[in-house]
Amino acid sequence: MTFIAKPKLHHPTLALNNVGYTRRDYEGTVSTLCAGCGHDSISAAIIQACWELDIEPHRVAKLSGIGCSSKTPTYFLGNSHGFNTVHGRMPSVLTGANLANSELLYLGVSGDGDSASIGLGQFAHVMRRGVNMTYIVENNGVYGLTKGQFSATADQGSKSKRGVVNRDSPIDLASLALQLGATFVGRSFSGDKQQLVPLIKAAIEHQGAAFIDVVSPCVAFNNHAGSTKSYDYIREHNEAVNRLDFIPLRSEITVDYGKGEVTAVRQHDGSTLLLRKLHESYDPTNRVAAMNYIQERQAQGEIVTGLLYVDAEPQDLHVHLNTRPGAFNRMNEAELCPGSAALDKLNAGLR
Amino acid sequence: MKPLSAVNDFVVKFANVNGSGSASANELFAKAIIRMGVPVSPRNIFPSNIQGLPTWYEVRVTEKGHLGRRGGVDFMVAMNPQTWDGDVKELEPGGYLFFDNAKSLPASRFREDVNVIGMPLTEISNSTYVDARERQLMKNIVYLGALAFLLGIEHTEIEKLFSEQYKGKERLLDSNKKALRLGRDYATAHFKPVGLKVERRDFVGDRIFIEGNSAAALGCVYGGASVCAWYPITPSSSIAEAFAKWCQKYRVDAETGKNKFAIVQAEDELASIGMVVGAGWNGARSFTATSGPGVSLMQEFIGLAYFAEIPVTIINVQRGGPSTGMPTRTQQSDVLSCAYASHGDTKHVLLFPEDPYECFEMSATALDLADRLQTPIFVMTDLDIGMNQRLCKPFAWDDKRAYDRGKVMTHDDLENGKVFGRYLDVDGDGIPFRTYPGTHPTKGAYFTRGTSRDRYAKYSESGIDYVDNMSRLLRKFETAKELVPQPVVQQGSHKSKLGVIFYGSTSPAMSEAMEMLESSRVYVDTLRILAFPFSHAVTDFIASHDQVFVVEQNRDGQLRTLLVAELNIDPAKLIPVLHYDGTPITARFIVKEVSQMATALKVTPMRKTVHGGSAE
Ligand SMILES: Cc1ncc(C[n+]2csc(CCOP(=O)(O)OP(=O)(O)O)c2C)c(N)n1
Ligand code: SF4
Repeated sequence: MTFIAKPKLHHPTLALNNVGYTRRDYEGTVSTLCAGCGHDSISAAIIQACWELDIEPHRVAKLSGIGCSSKTPTYFLGNSHGFNTVHGRMPSVLTGANLANSELLYLGVSGDGDSASIGLGQFAHVMRRGVNMTYIVENNGVYGLTKGQFSATADQGSKSKRGVVNRDSPIDLASLALQLGATFVGRSFSGDKQQLVPLIKAAIEHQGAAFIDVVSPCVAFNNHAGSTKSYDYIREHNEAVNRLDFIPLRSEITVDYGKGEVTAVRQHDGSTLLLRKLHESYDPTNRVAAMNYIQERQAQGEIVTGLLYVDAEPQDLHVHLNTRPGAFNRMNEAELCPGSAALDKLNAGLR
Repeated sequence: MKPLSAVNDFVVKFANVNGSGSASANELFAKAIIRMGVPVSPRNIFPSNIQGLPTWYEVRVTEKGHLGRRGGVDFMVAMNPQTWDGDVKELEPGGYLFFDNAKSLPASRFREDVNVIGMPLTEISNSTYVDARERQLMKNIVYLGALAFLLGIEHTEIEKLFSEQYKGKERLLDSNKKALRLGRDYATAHFKPVGLKVERRDFVGDRIFIEGNSAAALGCVYGGASVCAWYPITPSSSIAEAFAKWCQKYRVDAETGKNKFAIVQAEDELASIGMVVGAGWNGARSFTATSGPGVSLMQEFIGLAYFAEIPVTIINVQRGGPSTGMPTRTQQSDVLSCAYASHGDTKHVLLFPEDPYECFEMSATALDLADRLQTPIFVMTDLDIGMNQRLCKPFAWDDKRAYDRGKVMTHDDLENGKVFGRYLDVDGDGIPFRTYPGTHPTKGAYFTRGTSRDRYAKYSESGIDYVDNMSRLLRKFETAKELVPQPVVQQGSHKSKLGVIFYGSTSPAMSEAMEMLESSRVYVDTLRILAFPFSHAVTDFIASHDQVFVVEQNRDGQLRTLLVAELNIDPAKLIPVLHYDGTPITARFIVKEVSQMATALKVTPMRKTVHGGSAE
């Protein structure tokens, strides 16, 4: 499978942002995810947010783990350096990259399998270290790329496509991020552009560890209720990308609802999510209240969306480490090497 | 039994209890002898860093400057009742047993053939000092004073060392001086000097005395590492700790007080290598220090760094494996697991330092090689070099030495129309150009992944693209052969059909063994391997000898396996000489093994020498 390059011809009438780029300049190669996958909507929201924020694409470093969600950085910001790392361990690579150059904007993209299962440890530590980044989990409750196993965010009692019932309790990454000290925590739904775009913009602007949990339905593995194609047939094919042909083209699920309201979202598998958008009067600066609110609503079967918590004066890892600003790759011998005179003195002290 | 007698050539061993504060007294003992111009080679022997367990410090006093362990003990300072029996047993006949006779021990527990020197250390210390901790600490200094008298070590040298150590801490200085005097005075009044004697010489020269780990950390500072991510593990932890110390000294911006380095103690080895990969990807020189179990955890990332071509430096201070094995003992048993670390076809560059000097030098070199070759580089040290102070050449740095940042395309290169293809082999050495993230608004960005791709970094599962890439990586490894430190060949005094290959910390024992073998008329040529991939000189050396011993400190002859596999050598030609009980290999061991096997082989050089001829 190779990528289809998009023609880079610009329509002369396309609007330019303040740094002289069109929205198209923020796109990547054509997505090879299943048609209707929530992840594509998130890519679109990232493109929109970066364009609107007048970010020069090459100032962004986009990092991901492994999974359908982790493939998405190829589909946006084609002029940025990207890094598909290993499964579950994007956070450490992002941390190292950030230590080496504090001048770039770091965007981490991950899946719920990637972050809540194999990568839970690194997820926890990147939050507690306060790495300055925007960390987005594209949360579909399943492993998409390996075809439909439960992830650690899958609800207890939910059924997989094969009919297996999930007995384990789910991990709520937003609650976890709050508890671990993330200084910006939001949650949204892939189809809610109105909410998601501003949330991503705010996260990018935030000078600390910003986390957004985005509920993002998987057409392939939570569409079994209505699917006409058998799982076995799908299973014979290797990659999610190859399913393009036989997964019924679905339109992505979109929602539109006002602040303070609850909306019911019917997923591809027929199950329903109750999304509750935070009220205007919600105070997002109180960490403890945020944790309580999420838990209370969860007990009612609702998923709270919006900006759950923000610390207006975050401190990031570089502050903790007292590092000099800028890119370490520009430091030269004069700055890095103490030189022979210092070494002679040191030798003298070792005799 | 005649008491042992020797000048500047004997072994003193201190048996202590961990946490008793003896380390500093014992180190002073070694340093005072160095200050008298006589080389020493000390070794820490410790089971695990838990209070109350036994530890030993063994000092080989060696006028000839042998830095390997000799084996056997001539003078035992037996301060640990727990290990008493074993310690007494280790003494050479005619040796000396020095102990604290505050608590009397049954006569049956002494040996007939050793000389016993009992001294009421506890009483002396307790009657002078009030504080319990101080009593404990000063007891060590009291025995130091007595030993100085017994062995002829100059008190003034020890006092000078005190003054340097306790500069500005007058109270400590005074109580240490006092304890030293108490020990000396008691010994002068009750004993005579023993047959083992230190005499002033001028054999140390300008050599320095330092641990390999501290040296490696300094090498990382000089080599320009700015990011260090690590996870504690014996015996490598002191590298990161020393790196922090050296950075505080040399790398804090004088004007702003900001650090020109970042050190993170990661949550585990997976994260530490991940951070190093991230920093390397972003163009900062970065490294991690670890040991066997850590390398095991790093495998997946090492494969990524190899395949995605990211500079990474890993300092592996080897210890006894497998599994937790013998965590505080030394081995060279990670050779294969590092050479081929991770899944799939991989090969990695390994460097083998022999002493602290080379730990410094090779750590700096590793950072250059990592950038040049865009791949993981392993510095393969071990506990023996890492955690023991050794005498070595003073560190040297040429101020004109420029960092080799490798093939990096800059903004201007791209602007001026240079063609960028991330995995293009532009000049045939297998090494492609890279760009740092953020270099140019529209050119030079690419996607890094551990998945197969074409020369322009585009995802590709085409077999042709995959093979193209994998064979280029082999070309790169071929290029590495010329860039890594070259082996050192040493011809014996007589032409020989026997060769010995060795590497890393085996060095001092090997050079001593060569002398001993020559004196018993077994002549060998030696080759010290400094790096993998092996250069052509290694092939030539093996080809020009009938039999080659491969001396290493592991059970399975790992370097030998690597030689057989990589150079296509007939295994019968390479005879393993293996020492793997966790203690540093000794010259005695090498000599015994090599001469036995050489005799069995009936090799010609021996016969010819016997018959008076040497040339062939
Ligand atoms: C070490 C390792 N184990 C397992 C895998 C196989 N694997 C690839 S993606 C994936 C799960 C992806 O799930 P998720 O992160 O939820 O992403 P999604 O595909 O659902 O977007 C797994 C288990 C792997 N690549 N590496
Ligand atoms: S398998 Fe699911 S997560 Fe993966 S691309 Fe298809 S719809 Fe998206």
